[in-house]
Amino acid sequence: MILLPCAWCGPRDAAEFAHIGEVSARPGPDEVTPGQWRDYLYMRANPCGWTRETWYHRQGCRRFITVERHTETNEVRSVSAAGAVRAGEPPA
Amino acid sequence: MRTSTNGHRQGPGRSSYPARYSAAGLLRRGLASQPWPPAWQPQPMKGSYDVVIVGGGVHGLAAAYYLAVNHGITDVAVLDKGYIGSGGSGRNTAILRSNYLTPEGVRFYDRSVKLYQRLATDLDYNVMFSQRGHMTLAHSDASLRTMRWRAEVNKVEGVDSEVIGPAEIKRLAPFLDVSPAVRYPILGALWHPPGGIIRHDAVVWGYARGAAAHGVHIHQNTEVTGIDVAGGRVRGVTTSQGPIATPVVLNATAGWSTLISDMAGVAMPVMTYPLQAAVTEPVKPFLSTVIVSGTLHVYISQTDRGELVFGASVDPFTSYSMRGSLEFIEGLAGHVLELMPALTKVRLLRQWAGLCDMTPDFSPIMGHTPVDGFLVDVGWGTYGFKAGPVSGEAMAQCIASGKPPEIIAPFGLDRFGAGVLVGEKGAAAVGH
Repeated sequence: MILLPCAWCGPRDAAEFAHIGEVSARPGPDEVTPGQWRDYLYMRANPCGWTRETWYHRQGCRRFITVERHTETNEVRSVSAAGAVRAGEPPA
Repeated sequence: MRTSTNGHRQGPGRSSYPARYSAAGLLRRGLASQPWPPAWQPQPMKGSYDVVIVGGGVHGLAAAYYLAVNHGITDVAVLDKGYIGSGGSGRNTAILRSNYLTPEGVRFYDRSVKLYQRLATDLDYNVMFSQRGHMTLAHSDASLRTMRWRAEVNKVEGVDSEVIGPAEIKRLAPFLDVSPAVRYPILGALWHPPGGIIRHDAVVWGYARGAAAHGVHIHQNTEVTGIDVAGGRVRGVTTSQGPIATPVVLNATAGWSTLISDMAGVAMPVMTYPLQAAVTEPVKPFLSTVIVSGTLHVYISQTDRGELVFGASVDPFTSYSMRGSLEFIEGLAGHVLELMPALTKVRLLRQWAGLCDMTPDFSPIMGHTPVDGFLVDVGWGTYGFKAGPVSGEAMAQCIASGKPPEIIAPFGLDRFGAGVLVGEKGAAAVGH
């Protein structure tokens, strides 16, 4: 497994975290068409390379962090607080 | 196209095998110390093909084989960036079954099992399919309920599945601990006699040999670096070995399906996760069925050589890395010993990982895309190998006729935009 540097707790075993997924812009539910909403729900960039994603430190500080990770090497480039978001709702 | 229900290939086809395999041939060549010719010969790459298939695994090679045999389309190239069967086709745990949850899923995988049953005859290649039975254990009332549901759906679709109790489980697999004094007691199981294991490399090689004998070109070490699209139509592909002009490209990759689709400008609802598996040293035959526990995230079978093959669920986060982890092995060993305490002294030989393209509803994505001539057979998650023959057959028909056959109609890419998903998580998430 890999070490993930939590923005508050420092390097921790990735098993302590829940992988929430890619950071993507959440469209306003009142303004979008059903097609755009479903694109937001289902479509993923899924790059083989650097990606920005949200993790939740469920067995630690229980806060969300935004991580820049290389999906082929699992190297982490930067970590920051994800701000006030709830599970499944990464920030725009 | 003629449809048959016995799983036999549907056209006569004209094959030219370098040598046919038979017991008499084995004896004759053995006595004469005569070497076997190579199963198939690589051909020089042409500048254009009628159909280019990206991915030389069981899906791509089966599609090429059925294009040639069932539809007479032989100007086909199969490209692989490594060697054939080097991806998911050679990394899975070789388990076949059709006891799914949705009627669409059951019909589809049942067709695949039927094709596998006749595959050795069709391909003139011993694929070593052993229909030893497949047992999914229930450790809770909730999973027992789902299994009753699955058994009833299976029976309606004509697939042999039934729920059995601990006494019958113990009779079929005496090494299982069915006592109630464990963390996850075994309450029952879904017993699926047609399920079993097969030699996955032989399936890949059988299809490659069959396809090559019908005129298909297989190009190994040929990586696709781009797909030419002009005016919403596919014009060709660029590869590490040079460009190829073609009106039809089939993306039959696993792990890299998003990257290949990106080349054609088609967005995919796919996330790539590694899945790890492991194998032990060989021991005497003691396990005659495939054992699966969704709760304990493990599946176990014993190969003809005596090795125990273990698999698990996907890793907890997306990655293209195929490195194994100690954490996985520790968890796996604990779960196996929970089921079979007698295995404490058995040593692991090796572990490996393969890439799984997971879709939101745990069903594949098959058929046409918004780009004319660019087709996909992807999103095979953790269940792609068992669907190889039926996918190849259906995608061949899709390419030849221009529209997806009924059996794969529910699995189109447009289902996500339309919101009509085929939820198979209950039967596909862990069980294998």
